[in-house]
Amino acid sequence: MPELPLLDIDRLTIGYTPHHAREPVHVVRDVSFTVGRQEIVGLVGESGSGKTQTARAVLRMTTPPLQPLAGRIVLDGTDLLTLPEQSMRRVRGAKVAMIFQDPRSSLNPLMRIGDQLARVYTSHQRISQRAAWQEAIDMLRRVGIAGPARVARSYPHQLSGGMCQRVMIGLALGIRPALLIADEPTTGLDVTIQAQILELIQQTRAETGASILLITHDLGVIAETCQRVVVMFDGRIVEIATVEELFRNPMHPHTLRLLRATPGTPVSAHKPAETVVEEPGVGLRELAPGHFVLGHKLAQEIAR
Amino acid sequence: MNAAPLLRVDQVAKVYPVPGGRLFAVDGVSFDIWPGEAVALVGESGSGKSTIGRCITHLEPVTSGRIDFMGHETTRMGEGAFRPLRRDVQIVFQDPKLSLNPRLKVRQTLAEPLLLHRVVQPRQLDAVLFDLLEMVSLDRRLLDRRPRELSGGQQQRVAIARAIATRPKLVVLDEPTASVDMSVRQQIIDLLARLKAELHMSYLFITHDLSTARSLCSRTIVLYLGRVVEIGHTVEIFVRPKHPYTRALVSSIPIPDPRTRKERLILPGETPSPMHRVVGCPLVGRCPYQMERCGQDPLPFVFLDPTAAADHAVACILYGPDTQRAPWEAVATPA
Repeated sequence: MPELPLLDIDRLTIGYTPHHAREPVHVVRDVSFTVGRQEIVGLVGESGSGKTQTARAVLRMTTPPLQPLAGRIVLDGTDLLTLPEQSMRRVRGAKVAMIFQDPRSSLNPLMRIGDQLARVYTSHQRISQRAAWQEAIDMLRRVGIAGPARVARSYPHQLSGGMCQRVMIGLALGIRPALLIADEPTTGLDVTIQAQILELIQQTRAETGASILLITHDLGVIAETCQRVVVMFDGRIVEIATVEELFRNPMHPHTLRLLRATPGTPVSAHKPAETVVEEPGVGLRELAPGHFVLGHKLAQEIAR
Repeated sequence: MNAAPLLRVDQVAKVYPVPGGRLFAVDGVSFDIWPGEAVALVGESGSGKSTIGRCITHLEPVTSGRIDFMGHETTRMGEGAFRPLRRDVQIVFQDPKLSLNPRLKVRQTLAEPLLLHRVVQPRQLDAVLFDLLEMVSLDRRLLDRRPRELSGGQQQRVAIARAIATRPKLVVLDEPTASVDMSVRQQIIDLLARLKAELHMSYLFITHDLSTARSLCSRTIVLYLGRVVEIGHTVEIFVRPKHPYTRALVSSIPIPDPRTRKERLILPGETPSPMHRVVGCPLVGRCPYQMERCGQDPLPFVFLDPTAAADHAVACILYGPDTQRAPWEAVATPA
């Protein structure tokens, strides 16, 4: 029997009901996918495709008034959507960590870096302030910060964007999460710094065994970092496949559009878009093992 | 064949006084742009690439060095003397939301340079505006819209139309695709490529996004910490980078093809502060190939095998008349 995935998102719908309307507005519709243990899964789509809200729902931190309206998010056998808020805080503190696109605005500008890190340790284990400070310095060293003792005494505004993102990753690792959600962690960073951060994320998985959900709009980042890819468009998943399969044999027209908008994609991206044809009302279909495509019929089936 | 470059930038430096010292934004940069040529100026944040663009377009005086445009030295000109040249050198900024006047309709935005430089008679204005919009693939009905009523891609097309309205010889494009969505980015690049061919303009394409530079520009200049570290044909820069920094930069670009597994050079640390001027190579302290002499003397440009790739030059001590191969290139590679 195959091992259960760490995270199982099952028919998740996110939305809200505007006060003048009877029907709720959905920004994420009927989304299902899994993240296996120690797996790096990429979630890709354009701005507004619902990828960030899907990821935030795992922490039950969708942007108000948006909230999960239907479906289940099962982490390690527990449905997070039905958990009392008290228990949810333990999930956020101990099992799932998230890092965001703009690391500077996720750090407290009035607190020294070392104090922010030390607080993670003092709030999750019985440990003295002095020992927590030492742990903080160790963590800064682990995420590749030169002069960790000096940086620990600095404030966020004194650090560069790349350094702040390293600190964020350090904060996230401090709780030894089973799942790390990284929302556009390198957008806005220079490419050489991006390469450093992506390497750090992969190193993190190797060292801690954490699973990673990586949200990005950059297919290059996906190709180099992830094992499987979930493609979202307009609040729905349009395609799920392994990285190799997605780039070799993209099926959904929207995936093809994304690939074509990216310079340097392999030749397969230039195949005609008539591979699949829209078939409303049908969910994801498994067209090849592990390769799911939304509500679409193979063109050759129609031709028959 | 034109014997003179359209633009010559010679040993240009730009130093800003800042609290606690001086900031060396651009430190002795030289290059030429020839008529009809598109040149990419690539570098990371703080490398001085935008400052160079602003010096060329006379938006910012240089601290030392000289810039010659169409045979005139512009670095000593006042604004009045430069004004006749302004119609020939235009600039497109990164964010059209900020560079377009929000209170002006598209019509007014585009008419301004045309009337200011007396390119058209007022009664011919409409016909010229229609032409201009058609060139950037915008509907003429957009003439009476204001920037906020346009999408990001449409706004950037208006900014491009404004820049080419006076039929300039040189357009400085300062990260023109950085603020638009992925799918629109390629359309803007395609538009720029078409306009360049139609109007025989030269471009200085300033970007941190190397893959867009690759599709538009024949030559590329790599900047690091206000210095040119390598200059050459774009293909050479991408395929056979010579300077360790160029190699790190090129190998950092994520390749959207999972079958490619390439060796990556990740530089430790970050770009140092431009407040401390370095004597030798700006990469000292981060470079895996560093030697003792690197930090001591200013580095001359070494021209690489002129038969293979003309004008490929690199400011690195690894190269000399006898050593033209990068240390990471396999020895077995036939010449």
